[in-house]
Amino acid sequence: MTPLIKISNLKKAYGAFTVLHGIDLDISEGEVVCVIGPSGSGKSTLIRCINRLEAFSDESSIIVDGVTVGPGKALAKVRAEVGMVFQSFNLFPHLTVLKNVMLAPMRVRGAKPAEAERKARDLLTRVGIATQAEKYPGKLSGGQQQRVAIARALAMEPKVMLFDEPTSALDPEMVGEVLDVMKTLAGTGVTMVVVTHEMGFARQVADRVIFMDGGRIVEQGTPSEIFDNPREDRTRSFLRSVLDH
Amino acid sequence: MNLVNTFFNIPILIDTFPLLLSGLLVTLEIGVTSIVAGLAGGLFLALVRLYGPGPVPFLSKIYIDIFRSIPLLVLLIIVYYALPFVGIRFSPFVSAVVALTLVSAAYTAEIFRAGIEAIPHGQFEASQALGLSGRHMMVDVILPQAIKIVIPPLTNNCINVLKDTALASVVAMPDLLKQATQAQALAANPTPLIGAALIYVALLWPLVAIVARLEKRFGKDKRP
Repeated sequence: MTPLIKISNLKKAYGAFTVLHGIDLDISEGEVVCVIGPSGSGKSTLIRCINRLEAFSDESSIIVDGVTVGPGKALAKVRAEVGMVFQSFNLFPHLTVLKNVMLAPMRVRGAKPAEAERKARDLLTRVGIATQAEKYPGKLSGGQQQRVAIARALAMEPKVMLFDEPTSALDPEMVGEVLDVMKTLAGTGVTMVVVTHEMGFARQVADRVIFMDGGRIVEQGTPSEIFDNPREDRTRSFLRSVLDH
Repeated sequence: MNLVNTFFNIPILIDTFPLLLSGLLVTLEIGVTSIVAGLAGGLFLALVRLYGPGPVPFLSKIYIDIFRSIPLLVLLIIVYYALPFVGIRFSPFVSAVVALTLVSAAYTAEIFRAGIEAIPHGQFEASQALGLSGRHMMVDVILPQAIKIVIPPLTNNCINVLKDTALASVVAMPDLLKQATQAQALAANPTPLIGAALIYVALLWPLVAIVARLEKRFGKDKRP
């Protein structure tokens, strides 16, 4: 079976500083992949290349569901199929929660307002925010905002959901509610690529864990392979530093 | 009493008041037309400066810099008195509106640009990640937020344009100032000028007060 996402020789540099040293990675449909690693290891940059929020080298190629991710017309098509959840939520502050979720389906998919609203309310119910639909994002807690952001991305019925450290900006007591929504989502068969520092989540939910360091994939495998029997020294020392306190 | 008769001569003011009001109407026509055209032109200039292809942003910057540097009176005189030498003839009204709009658009463009640049980068990224087109991103996400930020400086610019309409009197436009100077000549008394000054103040004071209030509100309340 051809992979849903095929990343080949992904290279990215900021001036003289190389962030990604030629990453090769295939992700299958329905797979939940967690990317872990120290800050500056390139894991966020990796997933931001998948919908080309970051431009990358011409020698590299990323193919999502058969469409090559590059500048030009096809990019909008890829982005419509790839949902993204950001560390800082990035909800639209001038629109109500409901309108945040309705906007893209109406503008990109041409959904009718009534249909978009029905779907938005369904999704808000799924993430437990139905009663806040008419409020503005500024009135919501961080955890609620992030759940709205997940609903907003899901409203496009994406083939892939990218999560860029979705709980890193949250107060500790709100991390659980967001991870719960993501766990439920993983159970529905949505393809997910999650950059995270939540090792418990990665262990419990991931089909595959990828450990990155210095712009390279150091090691990948099932959660038990990575967390219980890491082969590489760097993986071991990273896990020791995040787990032992 | 002499002073009152000279500067605040009520019978003369009453006599010339209809003339002043007709001047006010012309002032408002010039001002409002220039403000609306300047807003549209300024938004266009700001967008092409930020997102235009190839040399367009540079050309937009050159335009903005030139028209923020040139004194409005000089521009107005060039438009009305110099352009006819190359066969371009505008009426006084059009000359005034053209000069005011060219300059207002340059200032407005910088205001819009600052407003758009003040929107957090995450708003652009979230729009792009959802697959919104550039146009939808601007119209639905960025500009509604930017316009809130730029309302106080835009109102300030409106005040400046309305004040600068007085320069139209030099191209024989029967605006408020021109009517007042003519009335002064006819009556051999400066009261109409004082009347005109009071009308300008009455017109613009509320706008000045609104700007002050908006600035205070937006300054206090950081939430967009």
